[in-house]
Amino acid sequence: MTKKEWPLWEVFIRSKQGLNHKHVGSLRAADEVMAIENARDVYTRRSEGVSIWVVESKNIFASDPSDADALFEPANSKVYRHPTFYDVPDGIEHM
Amino acid sequence: MKELDITELERKFQEKIDNEIRIEPNDWMPDAYRKTLIRQISQHAHSEVVGMLPEGNWITRAPNLRRKAVLLAKVQDEAGHGLYLYSAVETLGADREETIDDLHTGKAKYSSIFNYPTLTWADMGAIGWLVDGAAIMNQVPLCRCSYGPYARAMVRVCKEESFHQRQGFEIMTKLAQGTPEQKAMAQDALNRFWWPALMMFGPNDADSPHTAQSMKWKIKRHTNDELRQQFVDITVPQAEMIGLTVPDPDLKWNAETGHYEFGEINWDEFWQVVSGNGPCNKDRVDARRKAKEDGSWVREAANAYAEKRKARKAS
Ligand SMILES: [Fe+2]
Ligand SMILES: [Fe+2]
Repeated sequence: MTKKEWPLWEVFIRSKQGLNHKHVGSLRAADEVMAIENARDVYTRRSEGVSIWVVESKNIFASDPSDADALFEPANSKVYRHPTFYDVPDGIEHM
Repeated sequence: MKELDITELERKFQEKIDNEIRIEPNDWMPDAYRKTLIRQISQHAHSEVVGMLPEGNWITRAPNLRRKAVLLAKVQDEAGHGLYLYSAVETLGADREETIDDLHTGKAKYSSIFNYPTLTWADMGAIGWLVDGAAIMNQVPLCRCSYGPYARAMVRVCKEESFHQRQGFEIMTKLAQGTPEQKAMAQDALNRFWWPALMMFGPNDADSPHTAQSMKWKIKRHTNDELRQQFVDITVPQAEMIGLTVPDPDLKWNAETGHYEFGEINWDEFWQVVSGNGPCNKDRVDARRKAKEDGSWVREAANAYAEKRKARKAS
């Protein structure tokens, strides 16, 4: 008897046209066709979606949580990237 | 040096928890936190899956097509709940197949309520109303659990649960308003499921040594006794409303505390059922084991077919 488990897939659902696909969870399936069928049964039983993406989990590369400071901290000091940083004189409109 | 590192990591971890920052799969976490979650989430997953058996027992004998469609949809939801939870366990590094085998060897537990038999159609009402009702009471606070994947799974589960309880209460209401025989059947189901439902919240706080740590880690937000009290307070008036009697001679309203007082739970029975001596423990685990064995050729065939398709695509 083989002990080979079906691979793990991450599931992304577009809840309606015009919105992006969003990660909803994962499941196991033998291949991408079955992954989509299973995702439909598990994640869209109440009209939660109009489109499904599945990606085999082993193909996802994630940033390391311990790098979070180095990666994301520098953005905090660059307040000039936000419009609220700038003074707009009274009376100026449409800006 | 290494010791110091761990102390510092643990301090930072607890600080995140205290600040309501969720823990995600790749974040550092204490081994004991990981182990506690693996145990709790896998037990929860097993409960969803084993929980399909007592209700599955009545799908082919539902009294009409509407009831059958509803019960089928409910049981299908429970399969989905099991899947969300097994996926959450996997994010902690547990192997899915081993997790499931732990259920089959008796190493892992599941909610003791599912070791009671479903003798009549009214039991479908009692289970939806009381068992799913108690499950909701447990699961709503878990939506704010400190571990992200568990909390997110619980949000999905809770959205689906509310129909489970309503369909059960509807069955009970209809039977309670029916012929004397139907009403008696509803009362009998309540009599049999009331106390096991109260046991679903687990031992009294004084006998629940892990509660304090789980609450510190914000895995748990309320103690067993708090949740049980909340369940009694909400459910007793519902029973009265449909003319059924909660089978507890000691039950009485305390106007001062604003809570119901209720009788002593038979903890001997609880521990007997937990340790494998309930009416259906053996049937339940046998059924799960058989399902896995009977399905193994399907899983192998699907693998073989996937390989074949891949090879065909490549050529
Ligand atoms: Fe459930
Ligand atoms: Fe349910």
